[in-house]
Amino acid sequence: MIFNRNAFSTLAVVAGLCAGPAFAVDITGAGATFPYPIYAKWAEAYRARTGVAMNYQSIGSGGGIKQIQNKTVDFGASDMPLKPEDLEKNGLLQFPTVIGGDVPVVNLDGVKPGELKMTGPLLADIFLGKITRWNDPAIAKLNPGAKLPDADLTVVHRSDGSGTTFIWVNYLSKVSPEWKQKVGEGTSVAWPAGVGGKGNEGVASYVQRVKGAIGYVEYAYALQNKMTYAQVQNRDGNFVSPSSETFKAAAAGADWNKAPGYYLMLTDQPGKNAWPISGATFILMHRTQPKPETAKEVLKFFDWAYGAEGDKLADALDYVPLPDVVTTQIRATWKSGIKDTAGKPVF
Amino acid sequence: MGTMPGHHQQNVQLQDMLFRSVARFFAFAVLLILLAIIASLIHGSLPAMQKFGFGFLISAEWNPVTEQFGALVPIVGTVVTSAIALLIGVPVSFGIALFLTELSPTWLKRPLGTAIELLAAIPSIIYGMWGLFVLAPLFAEYVQPWLINSLGATALLGPFFKGPPQGIGVLTAGFVLAIMVIPFIAAVMRDVFEIVPPVLKESAYGIGCTTWEVVWNIVLPYTRVGVIGGIMLGLGRALGETMAVTFLIGNAHRLDTSVLAPGNSIASALANEFTEAVGDLYTSALIELGLILFVITFIVLALAKLLLLQLAKSEGRRT
Repeated sequence: MIFNRNAFSTLAVVAGLCAGPAFAVDITGAGATFPYPIYAKWAEAYRARTGVAMNYQSIGSGGGIKQIQNKTVDFGASDMPLKPEDLEKNGLLQFPTVIGGDVPVVNLDGVKPGELKMTGPLLADIFLGKITRWNDPAIAKLNPGAKLPDADLTVVHRSDGSGTTFIWVNYLSKVSPEWKQKVGEGTSVAWPAGVGGKGNEGVASYVQRVKGAIGYVEYAYALQNKMTYAQVQNRDGNFVSPSSETFKAAAAGADWNKAPGYYLMLTDQPGKNAWPISGATFILMHRTQPKPETAKEVLKFFDWAYGAEGDKLADALDYVPLPDVVTTQIRATWKSGIKDTAGKPVF
Repeated sequence: MGTMPGHHQQNVQLQDMLFRSVARFFAFAVLLILLAIIASLIHGSLPAMQKFGFGFLISAEWNPVTEQFGALVPIVGTVVTSAIALLIGVPVSFGIALFLTELSPTWLKRPLGTAIELLAAIPSIIYGMWGLFVLAPLFAEYVQPWLINSLGATALLGPFFKGPPQGIGVLTAGFVLAIMVIPFIAAVMRDVFEIVPPVLKESAYGIGCTTWEVVWNIVLPYTRVGVIGGIMLGLGRALGETMAVTFLIGNAHRLDTSVLAPGNSIASALANEFTEAVGDLYTSALIELGLILFVITFIVLALAKLLLLQLAKSEGRRT
């Protein structure tokens, strides 16, 4: 009798566990820290809608690239786009999801957000360590009205490998031949000057604590921490402030059609209102999918994210969603690019 | 044993043998794990070792773009922050242990001892955050300008105290490390000070020694093995400490004589760069850094052992 009771209760528990969402395929991704807030928001909303859970680990762009190469995740995320040769070598497909930008932030008493004016070459000189005090003539020339103190200028950069850094040094390489030759670009570089903070949070924290500091963070962090950002002169010669509009303006000029693998850097784009240090964040998936159902779920997730609901959530978190003409192009890329082992398109 | 019935005796022997084998197995398992870690570290750092050779240890270059790596800056940073931690920590711990054993009133001993031990229980990332939010601004506002004006103006110590008072840097990191190692060293020192036979101390007091003379000439020589062991424990923690140092050391791959400048330590470099290292050579260089830290810790322990042997020899206990 006791045996029967135990067996019955065990069966009941097992049956109860089986009644859960056993039919939904969960998808996993890992990579860039910049889009983590919006990916998490999308995952939450998508799960409420369809019951499919998307699990994203923000371990950094380099980590995302490594994990998708090792096939431990369903998709990888990177702020640094892989070049077409690397995509080819690893059998990967790449497409962008949202657009954001790096903004220079400073810690100067008496300077309000958006008051300071900078140019690309000036930022390069600062980060090369050539300018060490705030009342340097190069800065004063651009800011005749601002109260620049005779104080030490401390550069703050990233200590970890990051796509945010990649966008920043890519821009500096474009506007300063000296930077390009001395330092170059990458997710991690040999910084000639300054201190390193870990993550966007680390840089924001150091800039807020060290008087006379200048650093670069993703736009969302500058907004959320209410930091003093600076205006930067764009390619057309106008000084613009970072905002969704100026990011959109930078993305508008981009011709994704001509970019194989969507390898397109949005830095230093032409446009009256374009923010010069914008960038997109990318998703990496394998071209040949041994598990087409999982791949289909991933693509359905991003398909939904490109729609109106996803766009609204992105806007609310200060990310710029891609224009419709680009998302249509991306969907076509999925159809032709991602196939299962038999050669049938997944999407 | 002879009066036990036969099968009971067999049972006890069996249990004994089982226990002995299990204990032996665990002891060897630990050795095996240690060897496995060393082997995987060496295997992982082979590409970097082949490319850079011994130059890796003396090169200050750390360029992920051109893939030129050198371990000099992290090694110097690790050694300097640990040295600062011990320079500040050992005298303070000695003072704490001395106070707790000789000078403090009895009602204060327990609560003070517990408070010191609680310091050891604080997670290191809390130390890092506290250091960044509280200590670094304090240093930047008061301590570092004072150091620059006083010691920085002298000829001998001047080069060590140059530069803008940023608050974050090697000195701040070393200071927080000192606070982190004090509980360990102080606890061990206090424990060994307490087991000094009272008859030794009383006889010294009896012939008119002051408290300081008793401590310096009787207690310390008697307990020197334990004291050195405690210092080595603290040093081991300081060498490997990651999170507190990462927050405060400034993460700059540049060599600078000034302790007010930012630097880098091996553990901090690994924590910052390992997950995002793109490329085999970069990852391999980081693994080689880990191997170097392993070797540094080993050398320090070996030196400690040698020092103890020397002391024992001079005491005549060994030849």
